[in-house]
Amino acid sequence: MSSPILEARGVHKHFGALHVLKGIDLAVAERELVFVIGPSGSGKSTLLRCLNRLEEPSSGAIIIDGIDLLDRRTDINHARRRIGMVFQSFNLYPHMTALGNVTLALRKVAGKRRAEADAIGGAALARVGLADRADHYPSQLSGGQQQRVAIARAIALEPRVMLFDEPTSALDPELVGGVLAVMRELRDSGMTMVVVSHEMGFARAAADRVLFMDDGLVVEAGTPAQIFTAPREERTRAFIGQIQRH
Amino acid sequence: MTFWDRFADTTFWDRFANTTSTSWDRFADTFLNTAVMAKYLPDIIDGFCLTVWLAALVVVTGIAAGLLLAVVRSLGVRPLNWLIIFIVDLFRALPPLVVIVLLYFGLPSAGFLPNAFATTWASLSLVLMAFAEEIFWAGITAVPRGQWEASRSTGLTFWQTLNSVVLPQAIRLTIPPLTNRTIAITKGTALGSVIGLSEILSQASSAMSLSFNPSPLMLGAAAYLILFLPVVVLGRWIETRFAWHR
Repeated sequence: MSSPILEARGVHKHFGALHVLKGIDLAVAERELVFVIGPSGSGKSTLLRCLNRLEEPSSGAIIIDGIDLLDRRTDINHARRRIGMVFQSFNLYPHMTALGNVTLALRKVAGKRRAEADAIGGAALARVGLADRADHYPSQLSGGQQQRVAIARAIALEPRVMLFDEPTSALDPELVGGVLAVMRELRDSGMTMVVVSHEMGFARAAADRVLFMDDGLVVEAGTPAQIFTAPREERTRAFIGQIQRH
Repeated sequence: MTFWDRFADTTFWDRFANTTSTSWDRFADTFLNTAVMAKYLPDIIDGFCLTVWLAALVVVTGIAAGLLLAVVRSLGVRPLNWLIIFIVDLFRALPPLVVIVLLYFGLPSAGFLPNAFATTWASLSLVLMAFAEEIFWAGITAVPRGQWEASRSTGLTFWQTLNSVVLPQAIRLTIPPLTNRTIAITKGTALGSVIGLSEILSQASSAMSLSFNPSPLMLGAAAYLILFLPVVVLGRWIETRFAWHR
């Protein structure tokens, strides 16, 4: 494996007395799609949120694109441009149009003029298939469309890594396909991605590696075929068995 | 005499008609005396202009100071927040009249010689500031955490997020309660009469003393209606307007 674009070393996270992450090591290569699965409360979302310092890790190191995120001298706002994040609940700005959502950071962080930001934002919306919804407010869009706008908002900044925190969990079943199609297209274009999700079909089809987390630790990692059909660990087998029964 | 007899007795009804007519004349002479009103109208107009000017100043400084305090409070610096909460609770608990009297009679011993206008302005501004801070703060905390996270994850700073994402949503939420509170406190300009500020009420009561007739009070009430009725109607319009856009 070439030198990783994203690396987490010995990441711990405490919430008061609660020890949520108990020493996570993770290296993601460029263009790799890493899928993180695990039971609720296993720490997978917390890990993802530590990777762009939305949660402050208690200890450990996180290096993205050669930048040490936990270094005091690192400008975190600058570094975050390289890390796109998509949330379970979309978190679109309700007082802005789809285009306004996508262009806010382009103007405020990347320093683009409005015309240039609109052009980039329009292209990002076209990429997620929503060019004709640029002037719509989030409340006028379906959940699936909102999530695609959220993806456009992240990719417009041309991040090196994209983090997805259960991007389809809040969606009605018929809307999941559109979001997964966009993620599939991103993956095919060579975007490095870390995805926390329960979409096992997508994991099988698109993931390079699957991590199974439980109780704050990575229990097992392997190819989708290995993890889903021949898990080595008992805990992994129990979890896979449970989710495949549905 | 039966009930019917009494009903049919016309002299019985004449008695009512007579009393009504004479007491109405007396009432009109006392409270709606046009000669007295005409004489003191210029004084009431002076008071009206002063009240408008004072009310406008109180609204601007009170709301601006309240917003500033709420923004400082959102920084989350503990000792600073305790201080803010103390000041805010103090001025929410004290009756505005007590603040006015305390400042007016207390400041000279502190070496300041306040005039009635500045004292009323400062007092009402402090009270409006306290209530506005609480309302703005409630609005800021009502904006979901996910809004902060989405914005910060795209690289916006704390201040950019507050300014572009959180405050526009928070202020929209606060418009209805803020409008009500602003109207309630601005009407407190009448309290300035206690320390000799020649606003509407003070002009009206001195006119009443000079003329031995309370008609100027009616003029004063009319002046308050002319001043505040449009504000109340404007407040209602703002409330409905902002309610639609949610």
